[in-house]
Amino acid sequence: MKDHAGARLIKDMIFKCAVCLFAFISLLPLYLILYYITKNGIMVINWDFLFSLPRPIGESGGGVFNAIIGTVMLIILSCIMSIPCGIAAGIYLSENKKGKLSNTIRLCVIVLQGTPSIVIGIIAYLWVVAPLKTFSALSGGIALSIMMLPVIIKTTEETLKLIPYHLKEASLALGVPYHRTILKVILPSGISGILTGILLSVARITGETAPLLFTAFGNQFMNMNILKPIDSLPYRIFYYAMSPYPEWHSFAWGASFILVVLTLALNLFARGISVKWKIQF
Amino acid sequence: MKTKKKTASGGNRSEKRFNMALTASGGFIVVLLFAVFATLLAAAVASIKEFGLFFFIGKTWDSSTETFGALPFLVGTLCTSFLALLISIPFSIAISIFLGEYFKEGAVSTFLRSAVEVLAGIPSVIYGLWGLFLLMPAVRLLETQIGAPPHGVGIFTSSLILAIMIIPFSASIGREVITLVPGDLKEAAYSLGATRFEVIKNIIIPYARSGIIAGILLALGRAIGETMAVTMLIGNSNFLPTGIFSPANTMASVIANEFAEATGITASSLIYIALVLFFVTTVVNIIGTYVIQKVSIESSKEVT
Repeated sequence: MKDHAGARLIKDMIFKCAVCLFAFISLLPLYLILYYITKNGIMVINWDFLFSLPRPIGESGGGVFNAIIGTVMLIILSCIMSIPCGIAAGIYLSENKKGKLSNTIRLCVIVLQGTPSIVIGIIAYLWVVAPLKTFSALSGGIALSIMMLPVIIKTTEETLKLIPYHLKEASLALGVPYHRTILKVILPSGISGILTGILLSVARITGETAPLLFTAFGNQFMNMNILKPIDSLPYRIFYYAMSPYPEWHSFAWGASFILVVLTLALNLFARGISVKWKIQF
Repeated sequence: MKTKKKTASGGNRSEKRFNMALTASGGFIVVLLFAVFATLLAAAVASIKEFGLFFFIGKTWDSSTETFGALPFLVGTLCTSFLALLISIPFSIAISIFLGEYFKEGAVSTFLRSAVEVLAGIPSVIYGLWGLFLLMPAVRLLETQIGAPPHGVGIFTSSLILAIMIIPFSASIGREVITLVPGDLKEAAYSLGATRFEVIKNIIIPYARSGIIAGILLALGRAIGETMAVTMLIGNSNFLPTGIFSPANTMASVIANEFAEATGITASSLIYIALVLFFVTTVVNIIGTYVIQKVSIESSKEVT
């Protein structure tokens, strides 16, 4: 009898060790990725790399300044297009919890969130690039804004759901019209959650490459015109990584380092906001 | 009085406008999704007419003779995503048990949880870069050891990188459903003298089974649609893969590789593939989300 219990306890111990082992083995890739990006990336990064344009093959040196500017421009473009619509749709969902349209919208948000980024790239190509007959920053921004929408809608809805009903009742009881109640009472109380959602969605699209392959394309030169192809960090990494030149490979690592720092900073910032301004009632 | 009435009616009007704007942006999402589907369908029509359902069993993909069959890519996608799933399952379940049962809070738990979140936040192209310069030589070494042709790139390499990429998704969902298991069930088992392993095996896993499976399903949806890392590591070969180490192409990677230069029927066929991809990921996602919703609703009912 005692032996039997002992065997069970040993089994228990073995299982616990196995769980811990597997859980920490899966962190190994993370460690390796961060280690190699830091090791190979930090050597490349200097003033010249950050603030000069790419040079043609054969000339050494050069940098990714246009890619950084391009990424920032793409983010701004997609934010302009997706934030108003996303927040409005989120408010609609939180105000109309039931109903046919709400359920359909929720389903669409789920589907849109799961849609592969490459498919969204094709859509932006068919909608914008093909009619205009040129790759453009605008089409890249549209593709990325479609990817941002579901994240913003979901976080807005979930944040506004948490705001207690008596806040709204109090405002309405004071005679404040419904739309002002939403805009001046409900939205400001949920602003931290909404901001977190926006930052998380920006972090998500900052590293997206697939939708940019045939929309924003890539550009060796500095470009500020949204109807012309524009460079971006993830595209530059892809381009350099697939090239046969060792110097470009090291540039890819450098650009990766910038990109990882950027996305991690966005994620951390988002988390910081959600912790600091947590909704408490 | 008059002015008051005026503002009231003005308020009404702007209220109506406000409501309309909300409904419009909600409706816009529905229209957007419908437009996505319609655009894909319209652009793929030429290829659908030409090849019909034979598209799915055709083995050749040749733009010079304009014969297109997507079987190599279907096989490539199936192989990479299921292999990735197989590799990732033990790890993701271990993480979800670790975080959902053994270490619910505390420094270790916070560390592991934030590490998994960082893993989820790393862009796909960086996984590709890392795989290209570190995983590929390692796999090539393995291939020379076991006597396979040393491509380095191929289905196996892509599956490895995919597995790393999807672990965070199934792990975070798994953790959530495991924490949903009611405490009194576990306590009842403990009071009968069960060890922790027996509680996990006989109570937690059966109770959370459908949620865990849904998490794995959602991870599968991600693996099927994942593009950049796979494109960089799959080897870009338009023939049926002959083995686990052979280069291939997935549905997403063939689009990424060829769409920018494609015209006419080639482009249409690529969009046909995109349509299939869209359809498959949609179905997988809807089923997965539905199961998770059902699980969380059921457990919230039991609490109240």
